[in-house]
Amino acid sequence: MTALTVTARPDEDNAALRPVPWWRMAGVTWRQHRFALVAVAVLLGVLAVWLWIVGTSMHHAYAAAIACHPATSPGCQDLVNTFNGTDTFLANGVILQVLPAAIGAFVGAPLLAKELETGTFRFAWTQGFGRWRWTLGKLVPLAVAVTAATCAFGVLLSWYYQPYFGQGNQAIGLSVTSRFNTGLFDLPEIAFPAWTLAAFAIGALAGMLIRRVVPALAATLAVYAGLAFATGLYLRQHYLTPLVITNNFKLPTSAWILGQVWTRGGTPLSESTMNQVMDPVFSRNIPPVPSDQVHLYKGSALLNTEQYLIQHGYTFWTRYQPGSRFWPFQWIEGGWLLGLSVLLIAATIWLVRRRAA
Amino acid sequence: MSINVVEASGLGKRYGGTWALRECTLAVPAGRVAALVGPNGAGKSTLLNLAVGLAAPSAGGVTVLGGRPAGSPAALDGIAFVAQDTPLYKTLSVADMIYVTRSLNRRFDTPYARARLDELGIPPKRKAGKLSGGQQAQLALTLALARRPRLLVLDEPVAMLDPVARHDFMATVMTAMAADGVSVLLSSHVLSELERVTDYLILLSRGRVQLAGEVDDLLGRHRLLTGPAAEVDHYAGRTVVHAGRAEAQANLLVQATADDPVPPGWSARAANLEELALAYLREPGAVALPSQGRDLGTDRSEVTK
Repeated sequence: MTALTVTARPDEDNAALRPVPWWRMAGVTWRQHRFALVAVAVLLGVLAVWLWIVGTSMHHAYAAAIACHPATSPGCQDLVNTFNGTDTFLANGVILQVLPAAIGAFVGAPLLAKELETGTFRFAWTQGFGRWRWTLGKLVPLAVAVTAATCAFGVLLSWYYQPYFGQGNQAIGLSVTSRFNTGLFDLPEIAFPAWTLAAFAIGALAGMLIRRVVPALAATLAVYAGLAFATGLYLRQHYLTPLVITNNFKLPTSAWILGQVWTRGGTPLSESTMNQVMDPVFSRNIPPVPSDQVHLYKGSALLNTEQYLIQHGYTFWTRYQPGSRFWPFQWIEGGWLLGLSVLLIAATIWLVRRRAA
Repeated sequence: MSINVVEASGLGKRYGGTWALRECTLAVPAGRVAALVGPNGAGKSTLLNLAVGLAAPSAGGVTVLGGRPAGSPAALDGIAFVAQDTPLYKTLSVADMIYVTRSLNRRFDTPYARARLDELGIPPKRKAGKLSGGQQAQLALTLALARRPRLLVLDEPVAMLDPVARHDFMATVMTAMAADGVSVLLSSHVLSELERVTDYLILLSRGRVQLAGEVDDLLGRHRLLTGPAAEVDHYAGRTVVHAGRAEAQANLLVQATADDPVPPGWSARAANLEELALAYLREPGAVALPSQGRDLGTDRSEVTK
């Protein structure tokens, strides 16, 4: 019995094979992930239409309230109340925090977990494309797609929340907040896609490590939540050294106040100490008015109290991030999240490349 | 020029503390249907995964198609692998599966794939997950063959199929082999289905290669002897692989050729592949490996019984 000679095929026997071109992954990725991509597009599309409708009426209410003169007239106060009542559901932004996590995890976690769970990686990773190239060729376009879509959505969110950041809002009783507000900081067009990308990258790596779709999804959401909370509560305020100002009680509403404390002779005083100090001064400053009208005088009385304390050797310290640092903070957060995502994706590809089935 | 489609030397794979495969040295020549046979858990899938580059060896090395490192781009280009239970993207249509496979490979014979699926009555718009088990297996095989591989690797291709689907599946493999000169390496825990088509046998047991060689050669070197049970121990001329007793009769599979003398009172006949494989599988200590032309009965095998 003689061994059959394997037919020589000139195109195969080159020492260096020309690899299958990258662009071919585009169609493959689309066919495999069109359901997820369409679902994300529909979700964001529906939300965008809704935000557009609610946002337009809110912007109109805001413009009307701002333009109204004189601001103290009952007619103008009605317009102010109209604006303040337009949207109470989205105003704190908390509900929208779910979006980056959900989108990133939903697209990212099943990407490898499903292949590993169903065994189709045995098909995918033995094709001529090569398995690390396959992984890269899938992760990158999907990462770009979810990032681009959420970036566009972030532009809409930035527009939507604009009226809440007006510097003149407080004076005429309109709702106002800092753009550093924990619920709102993540929503503009830099932080929002960056967090989505991070969730996607966490999902991809979790899928590769856990190899099952549902546990990988759960792990992604848990890790993401931990990271988001840690960032919002501890990390973000340290991006740049906070500014410190003394005896200023009227910082602009755009500022992010991190801490305030009274001191005397260099010693910080606790809140209870200050209450004991302030109460007698405070009551001395309140003019004799009927008790149901006390609240009308409290503001000015408080200010007088503060002036009195300052004159008597007390100092009021405020540690804060000024509103002008908002965009630098966005870029810092976007930057490290992008770096983290690139690292996680690289780790995923490295695992695919070296980890045995 | 003839090449080896799979060459392993000292190949081993450990999962945790357990060796799934160890000290595996093999050379499977091209142009064969090589069957990797052994009980469940013998290391068949491990060996195939190593050969197609899905797993990395813990010891030793494996090359394919004449020295290409397993899993390298050049190796992936020339090998088509149909994994156990023929995994397909269940939510993709048959046409999409063709598209995906074509996109992921340098060569893909779309007309062949379409014609073959048409012949099998597999509708292109049907989702892969909605096909019957036999159709899924045929789809996976068709996609693999349309890549025009030089080596087709099949892991337990017929285990899940009914007899008709088994026959059709193997017929497709054999047709491709005849038409395209593709070499085939397949694993199975049942030999009976494959006996007709196999011309190279690798017997794996407990993670080790027990028997490897050309089927004709192996069969030519073994005889099945039948004689009185009381005289089993008197038969000492050749290595006895396995001795089976049925009442007063003993059946011995011995390493011997047709020219070897048969003791008085005994009859000898050629063993078939299944008898040969079974005898070795019953004696995991018995080993017969190709020994570059030397008599495998005398120096390379361990004597049992």
